[in-house]
Amino acid sequence: MMDLILASLVRATPLLITGLAVAVAFRAGIWNIGAEGQFYAGAVMAAWIGTRWGLTSPFAALLLVPAAAALAGALWAAVPALLRRRYGVLEVITTIMLNFIAEHLVGFLVHGPLQEAGHTYPQSDPIAEVVRLTPLADSARLTWAFPAAVLLAVLAWVFIERTRPGLAMRAAGANPVAAAVSGRIDVGRVAWVSFLVSGAIAGLAGAAEVCGVTFALYERLSPGYGYTAIAVALFARLNPLAVIPSALFFGALEAGAAALQRSAGVPSVAVYAVEAAVILLVVGLQRARQLSDAR
Amino acid sequence: MPADVGAVAVLAAFLEASVRIATPLGLAALGETVTERSGVINIGIEGAMLAGALASAVAAQALGAASAGFVAGGLAGGAAAALFAFFAVGLRADQIVVGTAITLGATGATGAIYRAAFGATGAALSLPTIAPLRIPGAASIPVIGAALFHQTAPTYLFFIAAPAIWWFIARTRPGLALRAAGEAPAAAEAAGLRVSVIRTRATLFGGLMAGMAGATLVLAQAGTFAERMTAGRGFIAIAIVVLGRWNPLGVFVAALVFGAASALQYAAQALGLTVPYQFFLMMPYAVSLLALAGVGGRAHAPEALGKP
Repeated sequence: MMDLILASLVRATPLLITGLAVAVAFRAGIWNIGAEGQFYAGAVMAAWIGTRWGLTSPFAALLLVPAAAALAGALWAAVPALLRRRYGVLEVITTIMLNFIAEHLVGFLVHGPLQEAGHTYPQSDPIAEVVRLTPLADSARLTWAFPAAVLLAVLAWVFIERTRPGLAMRAAGANPVAAAVSGRIDVGRVAWVSFLVSGAIAGLAGAAEVCGVTFALYERLSPGYGYTAIAVALFARLNPLAVIPSALFFGALEAGAAALQRSAGVPSVAVYAVEAAVILLVVGLQRARQLSDAR
Repeated sequence: MPADVGAVAVLAAFLEASVRIATPLGLAALGETVTERSGVINIGIEGAMLAGALASAVAAQALGAASAGFVAGGLAGGAAAALFAFFAVGLRADQIVVGTAITLGATGATGAIYRAAFGATGAALSLPTIAPLRIPGAASIPVIGAALFHQTAPTYLFFIAAPAIWWFIARTRPGLALRAAGEAPAAAEAAGLRVSVIRTRATLFGGLMAGMAGATLVLAQAGTFAERMTAGRGFIAIAIVVLGRWNPLGVFVAALVFGAASALQYAAQALGLTVPYQFFLMMPYAVSLLALAGVGGRAHAPEALGKP
């Protein structure tokens, strides 16, 4: 039982961080379906630093890895953000396309420049000890990334609900036309910055996974965290604080599904059908309530 | 000269592969064109395609006929679209959110059903497949003969559907109603049209086409089903709709461009180029990005697209 709880928390960590990334974007009216690709960008950066930079100081690693991973995620998000801003291209499709490109890029890297020294397996070398996150418990790969992610959720909530730029973001997301007409909000700029921040957060999730759980880069590192993140964020109704329990719920669901597959042979992919049902239930109930209120 | 003969053969094979690869993309994109012209963007067609792929495999094996599989694929795609329409059109929930959920759900459901029915490791299915149909005479035309006249039935369906759908949208009364629902739903409603009915039908048609596209992947190309085998083709189809500027004839050409971009992989192998294969796998997605960047700002989307 304890194992399952720890496994749930480990699984919840990337979901919490990517869930925040999605919540931030959706609140600003950005349909970032690309958390998956931005996650990979952060993971690649962490693996590159961890295997190739020869860092020796844990402090340097602690500062450098998250900053670089966030930058990588933001850069990956900058492509669809730029296409949206400059050419008016809908980000839904471009972010999804970049997810596939990121997956194949990881495939290339682990067969090429970042492949392990033996050139046998399609994965990177294990990352250096100094860039690994300290475990909180002996038996599981639960690290400081989890409480840090909870802190990030609190900070995101404070920013969105209690600051002036957060208000601008909410206004731009809720009604871009009204926000632009008010003359006080540069909607295009708010959308651009929110998009990059969302990508940066998703990039952090990739680094947390490599530095805390897998210690190496390989193909299919993410079992679709960036997509589940959408369910996580919507279930939390895009409230960063509510993303914490939502991520725990989905983390437990996925850890439970993995355990069920081992013990009872129930295919764990079925969990995605459950997640889809949760999304449809949430938006369906929300709409039903709005429609009955309108009457 | 032997070298020329080799180049011609490579070119002919490249064109044949381009059209073959374009077929499922084009079928799905033509369906999505109709859906989007009614004002609905259904990114759940990726899931509809996947559902169609699995249903076609199951039905073709159970009934021993590829044609039965093809029909089942279309129906499964339609069913996925019906679920989308219930939430996105009926309840007017956000189309992007619902479409994402449909795709996620189809990934989970098809994966679970496939593993339950055919085993976790995925023992290779032996399915009845759709064989290429050779049009006598025309198929012998040098270079383009095989590409145009030695293809499977779904490809000929793609050739016929593009002008037929163009004619429907541009020249018929229901086509006019469809455009009205997509451009000015309030006015259409005021003129006595039932916008939600039009949009539901257009969404179902898009799902049917996506389902048949999934069936094409299984029955006319791969000969088997694999989890997540659509690999984003439904999303690429949506990019093709933009590139084709919501015009079925433009979509037809755009689908062929994407087919060619993917077929480059085989041509490059035949020519002995040594580029890591992952870059060829990226090609259709990268082309989608470039195409959207090039066309996105200037193309005129249906006015009410995505608005519930």
